[in-house]
Formats: sequence, structure tokens, C-alpha cells
Amino acid sequence: MLKRKKKEGATIPLAGMADIAFLLLIFFLLVTTIDVDTGIGLVLPPPVEDAEEIEVEEENIANILVNAAGEVLLDGDIISVPQISGTIADKIRANPELIVSVKTDRRTPYNVYIDTIDQLKMAYNELREAYARQNFGVRLDDVTREQLEQIRREIPQRISLAEPE
Amino acid sequence: MAKEAKFRKKQATTRQEIPTASLPDIIFMLLIFFMLTTVLREFDVQVEYTLPEAYMIERIENKRLISYIWVGRDGRIQIDDNIVQLHDISSIMYQKRVEIPNLIVSMRIDRYSEMGVVTDIQQELREADALRINYSSLHRL
Repeated sequence: MLKRKKKEGATIPLAGMADIAFLLLIFFLLVTTIDVDTGIGLVLPPPVEDAEEIEVEEENIANILVNAAGEVLLDGDIISVPQISGTIADKIRANPELIVSVKTDRRTPYNVYIDTIDQLKMAYNELREAYARQNFGVRLDDVTREQLEQIRREIPQRISLAEPE
Repeated sequence: MAKEAKFRKKQATTRQEIPTASLPDIIFMLLIFFMLTTVLREFDVQVEYTLPEAYMIERIENKRLISYIWVGRDGRIQIDDNIVQLHDISSIMYQKRVEIPNLIVSMRIDRYSEMGVVTDIQQELREADALRINYSSLHRL
């Protein structure tokens, strides 16, 4: 009886290892939420008491007003939201110093406001894309960090949120 | 013909099975990747919201800098795990900004909210000097 010892060395069977690892993998795959933090970035103006009053000439401002019904007024003319980017891009081409001022009513729907900001971002993107193609011969997505900085310097985003009353 | 026969012979001697010995290692590597990327600490969002959609969205590179503000359909405001009052935002955000100087405030606001509450929050943020904001929105296809 005593002689019936195992001859092989004690080994852990490794065949099931992959299965166990797979189970854990599937668990973590299901639990992981790679929630993408995407959105429209903006920098708010500093508090009023800190800010120095800067006189801006009337012709260097494009006024965008969004009313409670979600209608958009650009420099006094009524405009549909998808038209904003093209119009603003043209205006900036004509006057690179242009500051876009966005003013909303308290009852303006938030999504219309986001659409408006989105349109402005689109206008700037269009201009930057054109700049990148003209000066570097590449698409805006393919520029180097230094080139991107130059583009940002040359075509800054001048979006101003109007002071609420 | 002789050539073909030779070729066939060669093929017959090749081992057919894929070596699976390193399979657990590969799986483990994937497992470790997912374990590291999983964030188990999720905020308990108590407000109901649907994000707006936009074309020109950008992703925030550094997640550690982000602090969230939720605004629900009913206008309730949540920061971290608590529902807060509007006038408390500036002091909360000021404290956060002391901890993280280059804080980004991600605003997850319901698309059907009115701008009034958004403007009020922005005024509070300006008071707290938390000026970098991000209007959280989904990619419009």
C-alpha cells in the first residue's frame, strides 16, 4: 500500500487557468464604463470686480442674442441656428479682430445655447482648418503641437458671454 | 509531379495545432488592463438629465482635474454626491479649486433646462474663480 506513491511531482493543472481568467475578464469588461468626457470647453470671464473695462469698438463686436423662444438674432437680423457658423466665419474673415458676444434670456432653452456655441466653435474650426491647410499644408488634425499653438495665436477664439442683468 | 509530391509530403509533417500555452498570459494581460481602467467609484447621480448634442466636442484629457456639476430636469443641482443650493456652489467650488488649481468644471446640464440656472451657476463659478468650464455634451452624428 505504501509503495503506491505517485511518481510524478505535484503539479497544479493549468488547463482551467484560461477559463478563470476569461471569467474575470468578462466581469471587468461588463463593469467598465469607459465614459467619455466630451463637451464644449469654454473659459469664463473673471469676476466683474477684477476685470478691467476694455473699450471695444462697435464694429469689432458681433452680437448674438438668443431669446426665450430659441430664436437667434445676429447683429439685429434674425438667423437660423445652422446659418450662424458660416455667417460668423465670413465676418471674422472680413475682420479678424471680431469678438462674438453671446447673450441669452433667462428662459432660453439650454440646448439652443449649446447649439449656438457649437456653431461658433464650428466657425473658428473652419478658419483654423483653412489656416492649417494654407500655411502647413496639412489638416488641422495632423498639425504638430507648435503649429497648433501658432494657429491658436493667429486665430484666437473670441467668444464673450454677455454679463447677465 | 515529383515536385508536387514533395510539397505534399512537407505539408503533412507540419504541426496543425496552435500553441495555447501562453493563452492565459494574454488573457491576464487584458484582465489587468481592464482592472486598471475600471473606475469603481462612480457618483450616485440623483438628478435626471439628458445631455445636449453638439458637433464640435472635444474630450477632456485629464480626468483628475474634472469636477462635475449636474443640473436635472427639475432644476436641482448636484455636486459630488449631494444636492446643493445655488448660493453654496461658489464656496464648494472655491475649496475644490484650492485643492486643484487648474480645475475643470464639467457641467452636465439637462438639455431642456433654461439658461437662467446655467447663468446663475456660471456667476457662482466666476465668484469662486473656477473659470475653466466644459459643457458636457454628446457627439451629434
